[in-house]
Amino acid sequence: MYVAVKGGERAIENAHAWLAEERRGDVTIAELDVAQIREQLSLAVNRVMAEGSLYDPDLAALAIKQARGDLIEAIFLIRAYRTTLPRFGASAPVDTGAMACDRRISATFKDLPGGQILGPTFDYTHRLLDFKLAAEGDVPEAPSREAQTGDVPHVTGFLNREGLIEEAPQDDTPPPDLTREPLEMPADRALRLQALTRADEGFTLGLAYSTQRGYARNHAFVGELRIGKVPVEMDIPELGFAVEIGEVTLTECETVNQFKGSKTEPPQFTRGYGLVFGQAERKAISMALVDRALRWEELGEDNLGAPAQDAEFVLYHADNIQATGFLEHIKLPHYVDFQSELELVRKLRNAAGTGQVQEAAE
Amino acid sequence: MQAETLSGGFADPSLHSAHAFRSVMEAMARPGTLQDISGAAPPAPLSPAAGAVLLTLCDTETPVYLAGDADTDAVRAWLAFHTGAPMTGPSHCTFALGTWDALTPLETYPIGTAEYPDRSATLIVECPTLDAPSATLKGPGIKESAMLSLPEHDAFVKNSALFPLGLDFIFTSGSRVAALPRSTEVLCADSKPLSREEGSA
Amino acid sequence: MKDTLDTENPRKAWMSLMALAPEGRVASLLASVGAPPTFTWLRVPEIGSTMVRGRAGATGAPFNLGELTVTRCALTLDTGEVGHAYIQGRRKADAEAAAVVDALMQTKLADTLQEAVLDPLISEMAERKAARAAKAAATKVDFFTMTRGED
Repeated sequence: MYVAVKGGERAIENAHAWLAEERRGDVTIAELDVAQIREQLSLAVNRVMAEGSLYDPDLAALAIKQARGDLIEAIFLIRAYRTTLPRFGASAPVDTGAMACDRRISATFKDLPGGQILGPTFDYTHRLLDFKLAAEGDVPEAPSREAQTGDVPHVTGFLNREGLIEEAPQDDTPPPDLTREPLEMPADRALRLQALTRADEGFTLGLAYSTQRGYARNHAFVGELRIGKVPVEMDIPELGFAVEIGEVTLTECETVNQFKGSKTEPPQFTRGYGLVFGQAERKAISMALVDRALRWEELGEDNLGAPAQDAEFVLYHADNIQATGFLEHIKLPHYVDFQSELELVRKLRNAAGTGQVQEAAE
Repeated sequence: MQAETLSGGFADPSLHSAHAFRSVMEAMARPGTLQDISGAAPPAPLSPAAGAVLLTLCDTETPVYLAGDADTDAVRAWLAFHTGAPMTGPSHCTFALGTWDALTPLETYPIGTAEYPDRSATLIVECPTLDAPSATLKGPGIKESAMLSLPEHDAFVKNSALFPLGLDFIFTSGSRVAALPRSTEVLCADSKPLSREEGSA
Repeated sequence: MKDTLDTENPRKAWMSLMALAPEGRVASLLASVGAPPTFTWLRVPEIGSTMVRGRAGATGAPFNLGELTVTRCALTLDTGEVGHAYIQGRRKADAEAAAVVDALMQTKLADTLQEAVLDPLISEMAERKAARAAKAAATKVDFFTMTRGED
C-alpha cells in the first residue's frame, strides 16, 4: 500500500534561495567575477571544457562559479548548454604539427629538433605551499628569449623514418559521433578516442595507472607531449572555401610503447594517443595509455582480462555525467519502490517464521 | 554567391521557425488537417510551404535529397546557406523533396530499423492542390475518420503496413501543409485488399 | 600557423584574421574609418557550435574532439556586396563588424580598410604570437655534458 503525494515546492524554492546565498558566501568578502575564474583558475576551466565537450572559457568559468567549484556539476551545466546550440558543421581535423607550442617535451629523445620546451609547468616545483600567494602581489613578467620560427615536427615522425614504429596513415572516413548516435559496441578507435577525450579525468587516470602496474602491461614512454594553440578551420558551404574560425589550446600526448610483435604484427614500437582541450597533460597522458590498452585486438595481442582492455567496461563507465546522473538519482524519492521492497522483505520474514521482528522494525 | 540566393530565409528565425514547427506538428498530429505555414520565400520551383518546412526541420545533420526538378543550383545554394544540410541520394536521405512523380518509387528510401525506427526518411511532397480529398484516414490523431488529398493510394497503404517502420509524408502546396505519418491507416473507396495489391505490384 | 596573408585567397585570409581578433577590436578599428555603412541582414547573428576534429596519432583517421562555440552572420550592403562572418565564441557585435568589413573589402574602400583594419590586426596578432613564443623559448632546456671524471 502506498499513498501518492505531491508537495515540496516551497521547500525546493527555499533550498535554492539558500544555495544562492551559500554560493555567494560571506558578503564582506569580494565576489569572484567570471573573468577572474577564467584567468586564475584556468586549469579548472580547461577540465570543464574538456569533459563538458565545449570549448568556451567564459562559459566554463561561469559554470564553475554557478557550481560553487564542483567541477562535475559545472561539466553537467556545460553539457546541458551544449545541447541547445545548433551545430553549424565540423572542422577540418586540426593540424597539431602546426601547433604554436607553449610546451613540448619528449621523454624518449633528448636532442630533438625544436628542443625540449618546458612551458608553464608544475614539473620541477617542490610542491611546497607558497605562502606568498596568500597575499596579493604583482607577478614579475616571465623571461623571454628569441624564438625559433617554423613548425615543430612530431617525434614519432623520426621513428617512422626508420620503420621502427607503426604508422598512423591518413584516412578521411567521417568519424562516428557519440553525442549524436548512442554509443554501440564494438566501438572503433575514433569513437573510443571521442569517449576518452571527454571522459572523467580521475577514472581515466586510475585506468591508465592500472596498465602501468601490470593490468594489461604495455610499457609506455611519453614520446612527446605538447601544449599550445592550433587554428580551427571549417568549410563554409555558402562560400565554397574554408576559413579559420578560431583557435583552441590543446594538449597532445603520443606514447611510444614496447611491442614484441604478435601473430599479425612485426616487433616495433606501437602508439597510444591522447588529445584534450586546454592544458590538461595528466588527462592527455592517461588517455594515451588507455587508448593503447584498448588497441589490443587490432594489434593481435592477448586479452589479459584487464579492466583497461575491456572497451565496454571503459567506455560505458568513463563519462562522469552519465555516472553521476545514475548514481545520484538513487537519493531522489523512491518511496513507492521502497514500499514494495519493504512488503517483500516482511513477507519473506513472515514465511521464514521471524514475523516477531516486524513490529520492532516499524 | 548572389544576395538573391541568400535571401528568403525566416526574417525572425526563432519566432518563424517556432510557428512553422507548430504547423508541421499539428499536421502530423492530426492527419488530414490542412495547416497554414509561412515565412519562407524559397527559389523556384519550391512552394513557400516546402521552403518553410525545410528551414524548420533541416540542419547540417539531415541529409536532403532533391528529386527531379527541385534539384537546381539555386535550391541547393539556398538550402546550403539557410540550413547547411548536405545533399545526398534517396537511399541515405533524412528528408526528400519533390513532386510525387519525381519522388517515387518509394522502395529506395530508408524506413528505419527495428532498433531505431526513427532512422527513416520523411518525404516532402509538393502537390498541385490539397483541396481534393481522395482518401479516408483512420488512426492516432483522428477521432473517427478524416479525408486527405493523396497523389495515389496503394503506396500509402503499403507504407502503413510497415509500421513501426516506414516513411512519413508531408504534403505542401502554396502556403499550406498536411501530413501523413506512418501510423495512419489509409482507406479508399476504390482500393482492393492489400494482399491482392501486392501481387500486382 | 600562418603569419602572413594567404595570397591565393585573400578573402579567406581576412576572414580568418578577423575571427582571431580580440573582442571588440574589429569594431573599434572599423569605427576609426568612419560611420558604418547601412546594410540588410541576410542572417542575423546566430550562436551555435562547430565540432572540432583531431586525428588519431596526429595523422590518422579523424575523430570528434568536442565542440567550439561559434557566432555567424551574413549581411548585404545597400550597394549589393555580401559579407559573411564565422567567428569563435559568443560575440554577436564582433560577428557583425567582421561581416561589414568582409563586405566592404569587396568595394572600392578595400585599400582603406586594409590599412586601417586588417594591417593593424596582422601586426597585433604577430606581436601576441611572438611574445608567447619568446616566453616558451626561454623555457627551452640547454643540455650540457658533465665532465666524466677521468681526470
